[in-house]
Amino acid sequence: MRRQLEGSRAIAEAVARCRPQVVPAYPITPQTHIVEAIGAMVRNGSLAGCEFLTVESEFAAMSAAIGASAAGARAYTATASQGLLYMAEALFNASGLGLPIVLTVANRAVGAPINIWNDQSDSMSQRDCGWVQLYAADNQAAVDLHVVAFALAEELSVPVMVCVDGFVLTHAFEPLEVPEQDAVDAFLPPYAPRQVLDVDDPVAIGAMVGPEAFTEVRYLSHYQLSQALTAYPQLCDGWQRPLSMVDAYRVDGADTVVVTLGSVSGTVKEVADEFGNVGVVTLTMFRPFPYAEVRKALGAAKRVIVLERALAPGAGGIVSADVRAALSGTLAEVSTVVAGLGGRAVTRAALRRLVADAMSGWLGERLVFLDLRDDLVEQQIDRMRQRRASGPHALGLLRDAGIPGSRIG
Amino acid sequence: MAVQSVKFYQVGSRAVGNRLLEEALRTEQASPARRNALNSGHRACQGCGEALGARYVLDAAVRATGGKLLAVNATGCLEVFSTPYPESSWQLPWLHSLFANAPSVASGVAAALKAQGRDDVRVLAQGGDGGTVDIGLACLSGMFERNDDVLYVCYDNEAYMNTGVQRSGSTPPFARTATTEATGPEPGAPIGQGKDLPRIALAHEIPYVATATVAELHDLEAKVERAMTMRGARYLHVLVPCPLGWGSAPADTVRLARLAQRSGLFPVFEASHGEITAVLPIRSRVPVAEYLRPQRRYAHLFAEPPRIDLLERIQAIADRNIGRYGLQEA
Repeated sequence: MRRQLEGSRAIAEAVARCRPQVVPAYPITPQTHIVEAIGAMVRNGSLAGCEFLTVESEFAAMSAAIGASAAGARAYTATASQGLLYMAEALFNASGLGLPIVLTVANRAVGAPINIWNDQSDSMSQRDCGWVQLYAADNQAAVDLHVVAFALAEELSVPVMVCVDGFVLTHAFEPLEVPEQDAVDAFLPPYAPRQVLDVDDPVAIGAMVGPEAFTEVRYLSHYQLSQALTAYPQLCDGWQRPLSMVDAYRVDGADTVVVTLGSVSGTVKEVADEFGNVGVVTLTMFRPFPYAEVRKALGAAKRVIVLERALAPGAGGIVSADVRAALSGTLAEVSTVVAGLGGRAVTRAALRRLVADAMSGWLGERLVFLDLRDDLVEQQIDRMRQRRASGPHALGLLRDAGIPGSRIG
Repeated sequence: MAVQSVKFYQVGSRAVGNRLLEEALRTEQASPARRNALNSGHRACQGCGEALGARYVLDAAVRATGGKLLAVNATGCLEVFSTPYPESSWQLPWLHSLFANAPSVASGVAAALKAQGRDDVRVLAQGGDGGTVDIGLACLSGMFERNDDVLYVCYDNEAYMNTGVQRSGSTPPFARTATTEATGPEPGAPIGQGKDLPRIALAHEIPYVATATVAELHDLEAKVERAMTMRGARYLHVLVPCPLGWGSAPADTVRLARLAQRSGLFPVFEASHGEITAVLPIRSRVPVAEYLRPQRRYAHLFAEPPRIDLLERIQAIADRNIGRYGLQEA
């Protein structure tokens, strides 16, 4: 049954139907509505058999999830931005221990400067933490991906991060279908851990490992994570709605293809429709990276534009590095376009100009920042040249832009 | 193993031989049936107070729970010396995650047990002073204030011993560590209030807070036993001398723990919901110098000329403890 629901509410209901047993929660915008809704369901009894812990930090939230998972319980939590970074040490630990925790990341920029709006800097910064990373292109996918995430995590004993664009998806109301309890129960068997703290069968989990076996343990993490490339499509085949690993749109015969992740995909597809000869490839799975599927989807494209919602300072693209590796040996030109940082709208007009620049051959393999205010950055660079004490960037830029309230006194 | 009846001579009134006691009053360590939760073969240093303390505590907790105990361990000496892969000294289910998060991990384990309806299985978390009073304090405070059903045990050896003896928030004044050199007008660790975690635990008004040392086995075991009869957040702070970090003889570990208590520098008490309910009285008080002198970390206080002024300041701390907790036996 389709209902008009907020993305966060729908995600919370989907998670609840996965029957989590322990949900440690710590608030952070724009994730908070998800754990609020789960907390309410635990309190009113509609989510039975679940312990909801209001912990003191994201680090504690992931740590409690680790303890719960090792004790054989299905564990879930949600976070964003600074919170994800604050739990970084525990993220690596959860994957290293092979604990199938599911985490929602309501994607948000990472400071400084502090910014609560959407981009994907947070989850991209945790690219190598050993978790499966799935990116939702819309809220229905976000709902469905959570159910698949629990099944995938528990089948492989690897943790799964479902990345959902903050505000754009988490706070958007739209008609959504939350799967019925029966459907989820039929799809997701009870958690059968590979390792568990059991008084009748004692094991030591988290032993120290030296050079004699550390590489092998790490290899097995890589091996298990890579199994998601086959396990995920198989699980999706058994799900009630289609879910992609790599979604290819209008790529047949397209010389120019835009690669992206998350909710911006919808806007890019609209622009592709206008052009008619431009394809769009949307990655749902980013870790493990589906090299073969990306290479196949990009087929015979001559120009590949990787639209990134994050930045690797000093290098440029994060996703584009992997796309280039996937296309190695082909003649395709791959450009890196950093777009929509800290909630800046990625507009159809800007995308039209971008595609035109690509088609004209100007874009080539450049690194560009979509809609960058060149005037502002040049003024600040100039200020730094002229004055040693040039002050904080944020203050200078806001003043130059004439933002009210940027001047103290 | 059959229990052999051995006649011991009593030494004064202060060293009741364990085997002179009725069987029911003997320590778990004297029992042939003890779990030996931290089994032999581990790689702790000779005379390690923490290894002793952990075995005492866990064996008592295993007995108190009828063997239904899960342990969570912070990173530190105890974790490193007990589980060099692929060996493990732990004779119970044991989980190590990170340095700072043992209390939160234990909260998660307790929550999982509750969700699974396993109220027969209990959780004990343990760490050193670094993992407890410094890097893990936020997680520990959260575990306390939520009153999660965990007994947390801190084995306090008063510095970061695993990384090579650096100062922690639990390092006492004027002690030499690798980051508080014994030079200058106030050599060693700076003097101040320090971080008195038992008192911080008291402020949370959790069901049970106690301190103990590895010198008083009956007292330590009784406290573990008592803690395991309760539900909710409980805290046990055990002083465990470290021959490596303190510069003491391995054979002196138990003696130093006893002197720490008898000098008043380490008050031994227990408390319920924030109120002190009992103390281990000092029967024959010793000046702090007697406790400090055998430790090379205080050697600079006893050089020529001795730093009487600094010793007096340490003595003042002991005197304050004795007054505050009413430790002096009448």
